[in-house]
Parts: sequence; C-alpha cells; structure tokens
Amino acid sequence: MSGPNNGVMVVLEATAGRLSDVSLELISLGKDVANSLGGPLVGVLIGASDVALTAVGCDIVDCYVDFGTIGYSSEMAVTALSARVEAIRPRLLLAPTGTLGLDLCSALSVAFDATLASYVVGLSVDAGRIQATSQLYGGKLLADCDLGDGFAIACVVPGSAVALQLGVGDVEVSNHSLDAIVGSLAIEPGIRHEPEASGVDIVAAELLVSVGRGIGASANLEVVQELADALGVPMSASRPVIDQGWLPKPHQVGKSGKKVKPKVYLSFGISGAPEHLEGMRQSEVIIACNTDPNAPIFKVAHYGTTLDLFDLVPELVELVEG
Amino acid sequence: MNIIVAMRQLADLVEELEVDSSGTDIDREFVKFVSNEWDEAALEEALCLKEAYGGTVTVVGIEEVDFHQTLHAALAKGADRAVELTGDFEGWIPTRQRAAALAWFIRECDFDLVLTGVQAADDLNGQLAGAIGAMLGVAHASVVTNISVEGSEAHITQELGGGVTSVSRARLPLVLGVQSARQAPRYVPISRIRQVMAEATIEKVPVTGESFGNTPQVLRLYAPEASGTATMLEGKPKEVASAIYDVLVAKGVAGSRKGN
Ligand SMILES: Cc1cc2nc3c(=O)[nH]c(=O)nc-3n(C[C@H](O)[C@H](O)[C@H](O)COP(=O)(O)OP(=O)(O)OC[C@H]3O[C@@H](n4cnc5c(N)ncnc54)[C@H](O)[C@@H]3O)c2cc1C
Repeated sequence: MSGPNNGVMVVLEATAGRLSDVSLELISLGKDVANSLGGPLVGVLIGASDVALTAVGCDIVDCYVDFGTIGYSSEMAVTALSARVEAIRPRLLLAPTGTLGLDLCSALSVAFDATLASYVVGLSVDAGRIQATSQLYGGKLLADCDLGDGFAIACVVPGSAVALQLGVGDVEVSNHSLDAIVGSLAIEPGIRHEPEASGVDIVAAELLVSVGRGIGASANLEVVQELADALGVPMSASRPVIDQGWLPKPHQVGKSGKKVKPKVYLSFGISGAPEHLEGMRQSEVIIACNTDPNAPIFKVAHYGTTLDLFDLVPELVELVEG
Repeated sequence: MNIIVAMRQLADLVEELEVDSSGTDIDREFVKFVSNEWDEAALEEALCLKEAYGGTVTVVGIEEVDFHQTLHAALAKGADRAVELTGDFEGWIPTRQRAAALAWFIRECDFDLVLTGVQAADDLNGQLAGAIGAMLGVAHASVVTNISVEGSEAHITQELGGGVTSVSRARLPLVLGVQSARQAPRYVPISRIRQVMAEATIEKVPVTGESFGNTPQVLRLYAPEASGTATMLEGKPKEVASAIYDVLVAKGVAGSRKGN
C-alpha cells in the first residue's frame, strides 16, 4: 500500500433527486482543505448519477448508482468506500455524521489505520498537518485536535459549513457497479420505510411548543400540553421524550425526526444537542427555557430563561387564557 | 442467542463540565459519572431478545470510574455475566483503544450479537460498533432501533434520518450500535441492585498491551464562546412569561392580550 496523496475525498448522498444539504457543506469544507493541501477533491456519490453533475467543486465524482435503487446496507457502504479509498488514497476523507457516517468512519479508520475525528465542526491545515475542531458532550465543549500527517477521516456534523451553491459545472463522473459486492453481504440491502403519516403536522405549524427530557415524567407533560392547547398549536419534542413513549414519533424534532422552521420555536427542558439543533435551528425565533445556564440551546436561541419550566409554564398559560 | 453488551460510564451532561489544568481533558475528579444512555438502550434490547429467544447476556466494559454501578445495575436487570477489563486505562480513552480491548475479549467468546450504544458524548475518536466490527471482521450497523432473530438470521431496523427507516436481513453474528430499544430501559429498584452488589461477582479480566493505532491528539478542550445571540430574560416567572408572550404577539403567533 502506498501512502496517501494530497487529495480529499467527500462522501456525498442524494436525497429526492438532489445532493443533500450536508453533501454540499462537505464539498465546501473539502474544497478548502484540498486547496490548502494542493490536491484534488474527489466525491463519492451514493445515488443517482445525474446528480453527480451538480457536485460542482469536485474534480471527479465516483458514483455508486445502484445504491439508491437497491436499498441501504452498512456493509455495502463500507465495502464500496474501502475500494475507493484503496484506489485513490486520499489524505482526508469527509463523511456526514448520520447513519452513513457512523457506519463508515470507525470501520474505515480501523481498516486503513486512519486518524479519525468525530463530530467535526471545523477543519484547517497547518504546515501540512490536518487539524479538526470537534463538538463534544452534546455541544457543551469543543476540542481542537491534530490529525497528524497521514490518512485522516473527519465525520462532520451537518450545518458546520456554508453549502456551496448548486449549479452544473465541469465535473468528471465515473460510474461504479456494486454487482460484485452485493452477492456476498452478511447484511443485505434494506427495504426502505417512509415515516408514517399522522394527524399532527409539526412542520406546518407557525408556532411550536417543544418539550424535552427536562419535563421529567410522562405525567408532567400535561403542564406543557395545557399551554400548547391554550395557544392552539401542536406540541413537539426531543428524542428522549419520544423514546420513552411519552409522545408519538411524528412529534419528534431533529436529525431522525422532522426539520421544522416555525416563526417561533418555544422550547422547555431541551438541552440543544447537535442532533436536536439540526432539526430546528432555522426557526425564525427560538425561545429556550432551561435551568442550566450552560445548556447549548442558548447558543442558538434568540431569547432564553433559566427559570424552572414548572414555574414558567403556568404563568404563560394564565396569560394566554387571559 | 448469546449476546455481548459493551457498556461504559461517562460524564453526566447535566453537570457543569470543567476543563482540567492540562487543558485537554475534563476535570474527572469532581464530575458525576453515569451510564451512557445509549448503552442502556443496547442492554434493554439485549434483555428483550433474551426474553424472546433464550440465551445469555454478558455485559463487558473497561475499568473506569463507577463502572461497577453499570455492571451491578445490568445484573440486577437480568444480565447473566458481568466482566470488567482491567489494564492501563486512564483519563479520556480513545474509541480505538476501547474497541481493541473489547474486541480482544469478545473474540474469545461464543457470541451471536454484540450490542453497544450508537454513540457516547465524548466519542472524539469514532463510535464503538464500527471499530469493534472491523477489528473482529464481523459485519456491523449503527443507529439500530429494532432487532428480531430467526435461527441464524436477524432483521435489523436502522434509522436513515428524517423518519425514514431501512430494514435489512442479516446473517449472524453482527455488531450493532443501538440507538433505541423496542421499549424504554427497564427500571430496577435500588434494593435489588444492593442485593446484587452483595451476592454477584464481577469477573476481572486483565488486558495487556493491545495495540490500537492512530488517534487524534487533543490540543485544547474548551467551552464554546457564548455567541451572545440569546437575550436572557430575567425576573420573576410572571415577568418572564409576559416578555415571552410579547414576542409571540409580535411574531403574530398569539393573539394580543385581553384589554389591549
Ligand atoms: C443518530 C442520532 C440521531 C438523533 N436524533 C435526534 C433527534 O431527531 N431529535 C433529538 O431531539 N435528539 C436526537 N438524538 C439525541 C440527542 O443526541 C440528545 O440525546 C437529545 O436531543 C437530548 O434531548 P433533551 O435535550 O430533551 O434531553 P437532555 O439532553 O437530557 O436535556 C434536558 C435538559 O432539560 C433541562 N432541565 C431539567 N429540568 C428542567 C426544568 N425543570 N426546567 C427547565 N429545564 C430543565 C436540563 O438542564 C437539560 O439541559 C439523536 C442521537 C443520535 C445518536
């Protein structure tokens, strides 16, 4: 095996006939690093090849076209990406934090003895060494770290860079087949299930009253429900509230739930973990109630209060009910 | 069905986290440690699988502050075996090192499934499932929310984001990073944990010098600058409620107050 060259490889995903937002962010981040290192930017696209032409900024895009049609398999993703890494020997590989990134990064770092940083929100190159900033402890701390001068992998948090503008440009596309891989998989390509339709539409609401684990117990939800009812709006929630079975899945905001952009997002007892912020940071106005003054939610909120939600919510109900 | 669950303790995020004098790690002296919540989900799924198909659940992790609490609670909930890997483990342990120790132990076990939490909040160096899978040469998948087993096959559900899920048929053995179990982790009374502490044994297995390869070098750990975008609303609950209500009215999402 030869050592890495100066190229940067980005893992791209297509959703609904276009490159995903995070893919465009990775191209933007990758382009900067590739320029500093003086190497090419290579995209590896999982999905339709017509989208490959929109990966402007990449010098080459390697497509695994059948991925989009035959379903997802973590093992297939690892095998396909390993083949591209082996062939191209990039200096840096960028993948999005999410199922694909989690499936790929650790495994590839072991297979290629690459230095891996997770939850990356920034990258730079200093005298040929790659440095990353990672967001840890649910967004409470940042770590600057050195990824050395060998092959490095960064698993990047969505929303960490400004997406490069879409367009059609000079992108060299080469297609690769998965035929040779598919037959021997222990984990077969999966059958995709879209989210269940439900009566509640938290995406359409102009105001959301959102509740997190700070509510403490299912029985306490009533307190916040009363406020949502008084305002005539749906209640949304962070993942732990859903996982505990306190509210059904269609109410979940975040990475694995819905992305919402209401005029006002009013949150109670939500810490503001990156996976939650991914789903609501584009709200016009964010108001956060959290007893911990260091809670990361205050980094994105426009208005904040450290009052106990159980003291605040009843006062709000009283005001709304008049 | 023999299931191995890799678990650990980790700083409680609800606590204030201070950076120590080295500037590259949290101050581990005063912080409260708790079980990683995703490992608890992995344990719950393992216990549900054991109840459905029989077999054993072995809980394993490396020697760290308060890890016995995790092991005792797991035994109290129904795990069959609790193993602590001892050795040169200090401070902030890279995932690769953790995975190397766990893979070394797991390799010698007879297992169908290895379950662990999808992530931990201090996973600077990647997530465990993929690393253990690659080290063992066993297929792995992350963000798993459901597992069912038929003979030597499993059906695993992975979340792909935005509410989309994917269900794959897979051949055992597998290493899976669990996002959530089919039900919320079970509760076990303190009295039961106390009883286990008095009766059960934790097997200690020394790990020596497993090499684990390249990991990032932390240069600086710090709290993000308060970007200062949030206007903090001070005052009594009534006053803060009133200020919030004014914002709702100004944005046109709540009616103006009675009498206005
Ligand atoms: C692959 C993946 C996908 C994920 N997808 C999502 C997702 O879609 N959505 C999501 O939300 N999470 C998601 N998560 C989970 C995420 O990492 C966090 O665990 C989760 O967002 C935390 O929820 P929380 O803020 O409600 O709970 P916590 O982080 O436990 O925060 C509770 C907060 O309540 C505050 N509090 C406590 N009591 C009170 C009180 N009386 N009054 C006011 N405040 C109080 C505390 O100070 C604390 O900050 C995902 C994780 C993974 C790994």
